[in-house]
Amino acid sequence: MKIGVVSFPGSNCDADARFASALDGSTVHALWHKDTEVPSGLDLIILPGGFSYGDYLRTGAIARFSPMMSEVVKHAKRGGLVLGICNGFQILTEAGLLPGALIRNASLSFVCKTVHLKVENDSTAFTSATSKGAILAIPIAHGDGRYTAPDDVLHQLEQENQIVYRYCDANGGIVESANPNGSLRNIAGIINEGGNVMGLMPHPERASDVLLGSVDGLTVFASMAAHVGAHATAAVA
Amino acid sequence: MMTMTIHSKNRTPIRLYSKPMKTYTAHITVSLRKAILDVQGKTVEHALHSLHMPALGNVRIGKHVELDVQAPDEERALELVTDACKKLLANPVMEDFHVRLEESQTNGVGA
Repeated sequence: MKIGVVSFPGSNCDADARFASALDGSTVHALWHKDTEVPSGLDLIILPGGFSYGDYLRTGAIARFSPMMSEVVKHAKRGGLVLGICNGFQILTEAGLLPGALIRNASLSFVCKTVHLKVENDSTAFTSATSKGAILAIPIAHGDGRYTAPDDVLHQLEQENQIVYRYCDANGGIVESANPNGSLRNIAGIINEGGNVMGLMPHPERASDVLLGSVDGLTVFASMAAHVGAHATAAVA
Repeated sequence: MMTMTIHSKNRTPIRLYSKPMKTYTAHITVSLRKAILDVQGKTVEHALHSLHMPALGNVRIGKHVELDVQAPDEERALELVTDACKKLLANPVMEDFHVRLEESQTNGVGA
């Protein structure tokens, strides 16, 4: 896979995202927010976690206007994969590539801990390596992760199977006590209608090595690699 | 008032005014939409009640932005500020905004 990881001023998970991306032998390019072009043939662009532009005004509000974001939008429109992690998810909603918004945690506190996620849709480019109903242990670290959207948008997300992950307890129960930030319907990650843009608040790159306590995040990278591989094979055939 | 509008393809019409530019100060309030639970507001409300101020309620916490606008008249100034609110200062998915304009006493341009 050929992967680009964007660095904005204030990104702090870009190196981790590059590390996790390279584990399967993928070629990883560091992309700078001011760049106006990306290497040709990128399969995936990752918007990593952090505090782009100091979270000034709103999380992701300023990053979405950076020159690189025009390239990300073009890449997405071409059908290329885009993965937004934490602050990257916030940027994708601000840019209108994903519906809804992420607002201050209901607890008003920054929450940094490993949570359980239930896979709600295993037929996406980001989750095919796992299965529906699987429970993943992946860390979160955010102050603004409460997913919110108007009722009609939530309805559409449910109907179209666009909710990819929900916060759950250790047994997979979708309960309020397992909701770390007050997200509507325990939403932790969603995908766009086209199926090529996903945003999630948890950090799969922080669950990518046994030493880190979990390798469940690797399912995301393995799924994307399988998706890209399948498309490459189809193109050759 | 003399107004001329230039239309060019794929662009917002550019208006040229013969009127001198004025400076306005915009006071912008951005707040969470009513349908969204304002947790900060609720927390402050509880604090007020525990300070024995039960008559106070419905607390909403928002942001205040002040900026100066150069425009020939109030209508155009409001248009420019509203555009800025929609594009950047507020996120319409979760926030409402309110703009109050004030004509600056010390007119910087052409005064």
